Amino acid sequence: MTRKRTNIMVCGGTACLASDSEKVVRNLNLILKARGYDKEVEVIKTGCFGFCEQGPIVKIEPDNVFYVRVAPKDAKEIVDEHIVKGRKVERLLYEEPEKKEKIDKHENIPFYKKQLRIALRNCGLINPEDIYEYIALGGYEALGKVLTSMTPSEVIDTVKRSGLRGRGGGGFPTGLKWEITSKQESDVKFIICNADEGDPGAFMDRSILEGDPHSVLEAMAIGGYAIGADKGIIYIRAEYPLAIKRLNVALQQARDMGLLGKNIFDTDFSFDIDIKYGAGAFVCGEETALINSCEGKRGEPNYKPPYPAQEGYWGHPTCVNNVETFANIPPIIKRGADWFASIGTEKSKGTKVFALAGKVNNVGLVEVPMGTTLREIIYDVGGGIQGGRKFKAVQTGGPSGGVITEQHLDTPIDYDSLTSIGSMMGSGGMIVMDETDNMVDIAKFYLEFTQDESCGRCTPCRIGTRRMYEILNKITSGKGTMADIDALKQLAYMIKDSSLCGLGQTAPNPVISTMKYFWDEYMDYIKDVDHPAGKGKYTAKNKDDAFLKS
Amino acid sequence: MTKPGTISVTKPVSEELPREKFDELEKFIDSMETTKGVLIEILHKAQDIFGYLPRDVQLYIARKLGIPGAEVFGVVSFYSYFTTKPRGKHTISVCMGTACFVRGADKIIEKLKEKLGIESNEITEDGLFTLKDVRCIGACGLAPVVMVGDKVYGRVKEEELDEIINTYKNQEVTL
Repeated sequence: MTRKRTNIMVCGGTACLASDSEKVVRNLNLILKARGYDKEVEVIKTGCFGFCEQGPIVKIEPDNVFYVRVAPKDAKEIVDEHIVKGRKVERLLYEEPEKKEKIDKHENIPFYKKQLRIALRNCGLINPEDIYEYIALGGYEALGKVLTSMTPSEVIDTVKRSGLRGRGGGGFPTGLKWEITSKQESDVKFIICNADEGDPGAFMDRSILEGDPHSVLEAMAIGGYAIGADKGIIYIRAEYPLAIKRLNVALQQARDMGLLGKNIFDTDFSFDIDIKYGAGAFVCGEETALINSCEGKRGEPNYKPPYPAQEGYWGHPTCVNNVETFANIPPIIKRGADWFASIGTEKSKGTKVFALAGKVNNVGLVEVPMGTTLREIIYDVGGGIQGGRKFKAVQTGGPSGGVITEQHLDTPIDYDSLTSIGSMMGSGGMIVMDETDNMVDIAKFYLEFTQDESCGRCTPCRIGTRRMYEILNKITSGKGTMADIDALKQLAYMIKDSSLCGLGQTAPNPVISTMKYFWDEYMDYIKDVDHPAGKGKYTAKNKDDAFLKS
Repeated sequence: MTKPGTISVTKPVSEELPREKFDELEKFIDSMETTKGVLIEILHKAQDIFGYLPRDVQLYIARKLGIPGAEVFGVVSFYSYFTTKPRGKHTISVCMGTACFVRGADKIIEKLKEKLGIESNEITEDGLFTLKDVRCIGACGLAPVVMVGDKVYGRVKEEELDEIINTYKNQEVTL
């Protein structure tokens, strides 16, 4: 942090940039200069604050005042009133929708109250393009500690004891993954950061990379040391130009300071990172597909085993971790495994970042301890449903997950509880739907996505998802019969059982779960001879019989 | 794998694909240390240079790298980021992420198709617009989102579409 009287922090995340936060920065600078305050006040463009619904966000430190929805023309008032005269600009403060109260401190805003930020600790706090700000907040301390005072097996042991599980969706214990890779005998090993965030509606990885790129670089170096790799690769979507730019800046700064490269901290350990670009394929989130894509090939998954830990990038042992997983590593090393393990539930430790979106009042990025209930996330953090409508369902896990209804809102969420109620954690997309949403349409939306993204390698997924999509189309156009519903169900379980990779195995989940909880909505579309009103339950008839009638 | 510099390849120069652009691509490929695993990187660069990846460019890359043309086409057709058709002057991207979908992006894209008279990934007759449906661009707070070039329009309503399209059409007239 620079030694200035006041820092004006302006959110530079994608959503805020889209609503002109760049111009806010420019105007603030111009007016500060015109008023002669540019020497004592600094305008900093930070990473995502997470409160995207209310963007662009401007926070003034050390006064700790939080302004929302700041337009470029508001810059003058902020400088003249707040900076020059020391009065808050009431008009721009966040207004609590229920009590109509103005709130100036961000920790009092309900959106932030229940959050605990570990992975997002620096987002919105530092200038992501300045390595000194990251270091000032304890950055690269963990790497220093690891390289100078810990053995690789101690590092792995710490991560194992912390209970950290993969945040990309699978929930595989990170420490165990590192251990398996470290035990492989090979001169060349790789550690890969999976930043190919394909789930439509999830943007936590991009926000971390945009807001705090160094935390990922530091963690990758730690991981490299632990498993014995001297080369890291970040695989990132080409659709994230801002994240790519900030990563490149961060890499260069880290190299210039000797935090990446040869003999880091004067030890024998050398490590460097390359960036590889994805080109828009959802399946590349699967680790073997990702590795194929890194090699410049079609991103199709391979059979496992051999696992990437045994034979990965160009046949060498490779460890693939997700961005958010990496962002958790430096705090674990610095504050200890026990601290991290004290947060969360019995089997899922720490926090999880969710991209809260859809029909909820406070759209944005939230990080809550594992074990928080969905109700708390949607109503307390998310501020309830837009327009005072009724909650219907929430979809977690994106196209691989399922819907969760009112009856499960009080489930404390972790990897296992979500699976047991028919959804999954996934990468952390959380789409809230209200009473006006048709669930069959939602299922169709996801199927359209998966059939389009299916890589085509295995038949169940390639043809099966296509057929499911066609049947859903037939149903929603009012031509469906009970036989179609039957076929849809059968296909769903067949694809689940026989697909090669996670994409196919989970693709039918949206259909299965909406059928389970919203059967009536499917039935409303069916104008079968046996069910003229479209209602009524389908009693298990002879299948051939049903086919004849259709 | 062969070192790129060792293969000399004739450039399929034509009106749409001028020699300078091929020269630029050749320089980029020749400057690489190895051609092992760099196909996607080269395709990104080629699309930057040419704007799209027509057959001739794909074949040129294949010969340059000494790999079958089918392998290049396989990669090009696999990834949605690569396009084999020329793009309009302005690309209108409609975010089809889930957050935008539940807030009505499907209606927005249908309206746009109707107004422009094209399907997605097609180019209007005057060569001005290409319509694209894209996966989440990560601005879910502004859903539904439409992007024209790099400019993001948030919380778009159907009534606003004419205005957006006309902004770009009028630019042409004044030029």
